[in-house]
Amino acid sequence: MADTQVKVKAHRPFSLKLFLMRFRTIIALLVIVVIFATLSKHFFTIQNILLMTRHVAINAFLAIGMTFVIVSGGIDLSVGSIVGLTGMVIGALIDVGIPLKIFGVVIYLHTWFILIVALAAGGIIGAMNGFIITRLKVAPFIATLGMLYVARGFALLSNNGSTFPFLNGQPDLGNTGFPFIGEGNILAIPVPIWLLVIVALLAAFLAKRTPLGRHIYAVGGNERAAGLSGVRVNAVRFRVYVISGVLAAVSGIIVASQLVAAQPASGESYELNAIAAAVLGGTSLMGGRGSIGGTIIGAFVIGILSDGMIMVGISDFWQMVIKGLVIIVAVAIDQLQASVFQAAAIQEERRG
Amino acid sequence: MPGATDDVILRARGVTKVYPGTIALSGVDFDVHAGKVNILVGENGAGKSTLMKVIAGAERPTDGSLVMEGGEVRFRNPIEAQSHGIGIIYQEIDLCPNMSVADNIFLTREIAPRQVINYKKQKEVARALLERLEQKIDPDTLVGELGVSAQQIVAVAKALLQNVKVLIMDEPTSALTATEVAILFRVIRDLKSRGVAIVYISHRLEELMQIGDYITVLRDGKLQATSPMAGVDIAWIIDKMVGRTLSSFIPREEHTVKREVLTVRRLDYPRPEGGHYVEKASFSVHAGEIVGLYGLMGAGRSELLECLIGLHPESSAEIEVEGESIAIPGSTDERIARGLVLVPEDRQAAGIVQSLSVSHNITLASVRSYAHLGVIPAKAGIGDVMAMIRDLSIRVSSPEQLVTALSGGNQQKVVIAKALLTKPKVLLMDEPTRGIDVNAKSEIFGIMNDLAKDGMGILFASSELKEIMALSDRVLVMARGRITGEFKRGAYTEADLVAASAKGRTPA
Repeated sequence: MADTQVKVKAHRPFSLKLFLMRFRTIIALLVIVVIFATLSKHFFTIQNILLMTRHVAINAFLAIGMTFVIVSGGIDLSVGSIVGLTGMVIGALIDVGIPLKIFGVVIYLHTWFILIVALAAGGIIGAMNGFIITRLKVAPFIATLGMLYVARGFALLSNNGSTFPFLNGQPDLGNTGFPFIGEGNILAIPVPIWLLVIVALLAAFLAKRTPLGRHIYAVGGNERAAGLSGVRVNAVRFRVYVISGVLAAVSGIIVASQLVAAQPASGESYELNAIAAAVLGGTSLMGGRGSIGGTIIGAFVIGILSDGMIMVGISDFWQMVIKGLVIIVAVAIDQLQASVFQAAAIQEERRG
Repeated sequence: MPGATDDVILRARGVTKVYPGTIALSGVDFDVHAGKVNILVGENGAGKSTLMKVIAGAERPTDGSLVMEGGEVRFRNPIEAQSHGIGIIYQEIDLCPNMSVADNIFLTREIAPRQVINYKKQKEVARALLERLEQKIDPDTLVGELGVSAQQIVAVAKALLQNVKVLIMDEPTSALTATEVAILFRVIRDLKSRGVAIVYISHRLEELMQIGDYITVLRDGKLQATSPMAGVDIAWIIDKMVGRTLSSFIPREEHTVKREVLTVRRLDYPRPEGGHYVEKASFSVHAGEIVGLYGLMGAGRSELLECLIGLHPESSAEIEVEGESIAIPGSTDERIARGLVLVPEDRQAAGIVQSLSVSHNITLASVRSYAHLGVIPAKAGIGDVMAMIRDLSIRVSSPEQLVTALSGGNQQKVVIAKALLTKPKVLLMDEPTRGIDVNAKSEIFGIMNDLAKDGMGILFASSELKEIMALSDRVLVMARGRITGEFKRGAYTEADLVAASAKGRTPA
């Protein structure tokens, strides 16, 4: 073989086919935006963009957590139920408080503490998922499917199936301010969007620049090889489920905050949108492949597609068909891209 | 065409296969003689697997023709090739691990009169086939529970069932020990006597000399040479394959051996159903020493290495690295931290992470060491990776390349590089040169010798007698889970090793 210099960065001649495939999600996003902007004059208004982005954010948090889980080789079907359950936890703490019959008092936590408890609740459910999957060796699909029902059940039990209305809180109890998270603006930008940016940056950082991030990709790519390389496989898998649970709690907080009420049915089927966003963004259900950036774009595609179709007046039923087709086509192209990429890589090595 | 005779059952003429951007085969002629072993050799990338796939119907040639028994044939898929009597056993054995041996053998050829499978009959026939191969494999065993060499025997049995006229075997002996190879060769001679044509692809040149009748050498997609086996020797083969002479490509070097780096006492790994995978094994490895671990299939070599790297918490032992005892049971990351690391037998299943780049694969076992306060800097590790690529002669255009784009030999070097970056005191290797071409093999031998010279202790398991004998300063032989012999360089013969590896076995 020729003695070619090993280059640090790969130099590939430009290929239109590969370019289109690689950036297909962004291209799809642009196409969708252009289509809807032409079809509806209200589409490209600041008001509408902010509204759509708020919707996207709710799904994006779930999708980011889902990305980590799927990249590690697992799946988390319980996130939608965690959204509902966290809302109910918040509702209970604001409306009912913690009654201590022994002392004849009711404790009302400050809003900040309520948020921490809500995040912890998501984390605990994630930890339970992680425990069942790593210690009891139950397959992730089954474990999180079971948790989907268990968590939803507890959400319904918490107030006998009823909603906790009026989460405004009372000033003398110190638990006001909750609606600000979902409805408020900081520097004219809605709070959920700030949260989205911060979480997305942290998640991308975790994925690319921390040992845990590398380990997650390794475990999803080849668990045995990762184990032999000294990766603590069970610890890694446990952690991604906790992350997924906490992010689901973030989403649950925003949902309850926007409604200013906690409904036990909140979040039903949210996990499917989360999986769709991750998969549209290039996350492979086999594990080992995916990116936070891709997932965010995927979440925008799903969100804008959904909202855009409503704006344009497409019937609910057709919306479902279109959404389903978009997902199938996206994944089919993804499979194709992977094999084209692989073949190109092999040829590159043969040429050298 | 020299040597063209009437016994040619299959003729490939001018076969060309072009992929976008690369020419895998260019105008290759290949004669397959019935009742003979037709050897096909070449370095990785020379085109032998492509030619093999064209014959087996797994690829369609861009140009050229296949003529079988006088008539031209065109295979659109492997099933069509099979119906013409062409069978193939791939190196990456494609059996279903979740099904039994008998079920695998009869897959798509079930004994099912009136659409109901006769499992009893299938088991009987399977048992008979396996007995002909002189292997005591229970037809009810799940294939996934068998070791690699047993799986190969099952693959051969499966091909036997298909009554092939041309049987292509891709590296059939890569995981078999000397005795098992002898059994396979007996079977091959049996097939020959029935008129079956064997196309045999292998990197094991001494074996080819034993079993081959005709040899064809490919280089860079072209036919380099073809000849009857008589009058051809290993030097000729190597010369045709690489275009230069390699004197003796397994370097024999003496090493100065120093203090003990690894001491193992009473390593015990029990089987759940009774008996032992490894029993009361005690041995040591010194700095600068290469210790070879030889044994038959099922002797426990892989299991022993896996216990050392912490994969089996049910095992027990006293293990000391540089005199300090290590915790039992321990996890793999603890063992790596103490200076033990394993290059596994199956690089696809347990060596490389297919979805990652070369660079990420190489740094995988040492990622934590690049992190400052939990953060990995952007260019972290690139220096180490480039150094490894250079030192191990890993052929890759860039470290960002997907690891799956590399040849088998280079992938193995990536796994070795990953192990070396953990700065081990003892390097454990399980079949380090399995399924790798001549050039890469000799490079890996060179790497092992260099590491020993620098003071690393190496414990490597191999089923290739010549390899064990040339590389090892000391040889440990295992049989049925026990260490049955220990030999120092120069103080033993091949027969000693073979005898020790058969101890405790009831004569066949």
